[in-house]
Amino acid sequence: MYLSELVKLAGVSGNENAVRSFIKERIAPFCERIEIDSMGNLMAFKKGTNNCGKTLMLCAHMDEVGLIVSRITEEGFLKFKTVGGIDPRVLISKRVSVGAAGLPGVIGRKAIHLLTPEERKKAPKVKELYVDIGAKDKADAESKVAVGDYIAFESAFVPFGDGLVKAKALDDRLGCAILLELAQESCPWDVCFAFTVQEEVGLRGARLCARRIKPDMALVIEGTTCSDLPETEERAVSTRLGKGAAISLIDGATSYNRKIAQQLYQLAAKHDIPVQFKQTATGGNDAGIIHVSAGGIVTAAVSVPARYIHSPVSVISLKDYQAAKELTRLWIQEVLHADFA
Amino acid sequence: MKNALLQLAAKDGMSGFEFSLTEVVSNLLAPYCASVERDPMGNVVGVIPAKNPDAKSVMLEAHIDGIGLMVSGISEEGFLSFVPVGGVDSAILPGAEVRVWGKEVLYGVIGAKPPHLQTGGQDKATAIKDMYIDLGLCGEVVRQKVSVGDMVCFAEEPAALCNDVFSGKSFDDRAGLISLLLCLENLKGKELPFTIYVVAAVQEEVGLRGATMVSERLSPDCAFVVDVCHGDTPDAGSESIFKLGSGAVISFGPNIHPYLSSLAKEVAEKENIAASFDADGGDTGTDAWAVQVANGGIPVLLLSIPLRYMHTTVETLHFDDVQAVGDLLAAILQNLDLEVLACTFQN
Repeated sequence: MYLSELVKLAGVSGNENAVRSFIKERIAPFCERIEIDSMGNLMAFKKGTNNCGKTLMLCAHMDEVGLIVSRITEEGFLKFKTVGGIDPRVLISKRVSVGAAGLPGVIGRKAIHLLTPEERKKAPKVKELYVDIGAKDKADAESKVAVGDYIAFESAFVPFGDGLVKAKALDDRLGCAILLELAQESCPWDVCFAFTVQEEVGLRGARLCARRIKPDMALVIEGTTCSDLPETEERAVSTRLGKGAAISLIDGATSYNRKIAQQLYQLAAKHDIPVQFKQTATGGNDAGIIHVSAGGIVTAAVSVPARYIHSPVSVISLKDYQAAKELTRLWIQEVLHADFA
Repeated sequence: MKNALLQLAAKDGMSGFEFSLTEVVSNLLAPYCASVERDPMGNVVGVIPAKNPDAKSVMLEAHIDGIGLMVSGISEEGFLSFVPVGGVDSAILPGAEVRVWGKEVLYGVIGAKPPHLQTGGQDKATAIKDMYIDLGLCGEVVRQKVSVGDMVCFAEEPAALCNDVFSGKSFDDRAGLISLLLCLENLKGKELPFTIYVVAAVQEEVGLRGATMVSERLSPDCAFVVDVCHGDTPDAGSESIFKLGSGAVISFGPNIHPYLSSLAKEVAEKENIAASFDADGGDTGTDAWAVQVANGGIPVLLLSIPLRYMHTTVETLHFDDVQAVGDLLAAILQNLDLEVLACTFQN
């Protein structure tokens, strides 16, 4: 299963090498041409069967949120900054892997016994936290780690409950996995499978891809927020786990093409694929930069709901994953020839 | 012994639910003891009898329970609410992985509402009432398998960092038990003039309860408690904080019998065992506090292993310190004079 292998790889924004190598090796046999640009975006081009000269861009981002070493203390602890949007409250008492060698470390904070009552009530600040690799002192740490080394969450792929899985980096390795699976099938249009870098730090990679590919249409496959916990106000529930692929209508970065959104929803309903609209209007993904690139590109997004997204323990339903994959496959096959103008 | 530490730390067994751990503990003690017994409360006691049946006795004690959580409610959708058992820092809970001991053992993660939906906003620590255990099962199935009161343990595998530094849950105080085993390893083949009770006690984290019961029952003439103390971290300050790898920590103060703390200091110097000293003005916060006044009074010494991030899932220690405590304890026992101890305040 591509997904379980992909989430094991460390690929914090700016350091997607391991993910890119993995994908490149596996997608090459199914594509005519592979291009890698100056930022590290991977684009795999596959010829369509109907020779209409139109190109579809399927997009998933390779990067994940994480940390970067900013300073090594005299005692040999690693101070860090966040890469991408991380709530510092999920960091305390978590395992990480540091640098290219994957050195094991833990994120510490002084014990509860040493916290003042005031400190206990406050959320920690990133600058108060540090990674402990067990180094004796600064020199010992410097022999193993350097400022600028990336730090990824360490969290196993665990299937549990009723068809759920827990892992880090599900956002957006699930998109990468779906693209890898779909690349093995034929497609009416020409398709460019775009695996982008640096989505989590501002949709940086997709901008270059959209401009280079100039597709006639784009579809982004994403992991999206899921806040279906108890006692959550109905209007704050963006998606529900296990209720199918989530179609975006609007978010903080994109007003999506309603025709495609409706078409995707109806197509799913027709084929009994579980589907839902994303209910909230916040957040964003690579669609935000793609749809305004190259003079404007018609763009849609199909997402898989992920609880506790951007934490080491993101949770998705494999049913939703399958739904997103099947819906995308059907749409590519059945609807691509439609006119969206 | 490093493997034994990792084996113990991988086990569940929070205060009051140590049953999943007692067999492993018994097996670890068995090679050193003439007999190993488990009492109805779950305490495990290994006995190394003296030749003389009238000999005095010494208790070596560490606690084997850890902090945890307990199911306090099940929502309509199947999410579990919970309460802490022992001193749990709620800051470690968002994103923690757990095992719920229902009719079967179920894996789950602790989820919090997204940051912008939490009560108190993003600057406040996440409140336990804003967190749920997510088992990934519907309400109906959860209610079949889980009940209020079920034990919830952290699903955290221990791991090695660099330089013989290890990290895992419940090193407080299962590392203490490893020090006791290292002490017994040191004493192999050596005959001591007193009976030794090796005690793996329960329910320390909820009020020093196992040690209290065992002390009454065994009625030892002297006791040695091994526990953890705070290790050095950038935010911990320096008072009563000990560097990882700096050796055993010997406690002084009203909780500790002065003959025993002085003997420990002398022996450490004489035998060249790395040690430092800690002073507590009263309660040491360990089983030593209960043992001292149990059974009409038992002279007690506390030896500690420096530990970073106490009461988290990534408690971190240096194995050299576990070894140093074991070595020091063995050396103390070989220099211990129970007659002198008994006369300390007589003249």
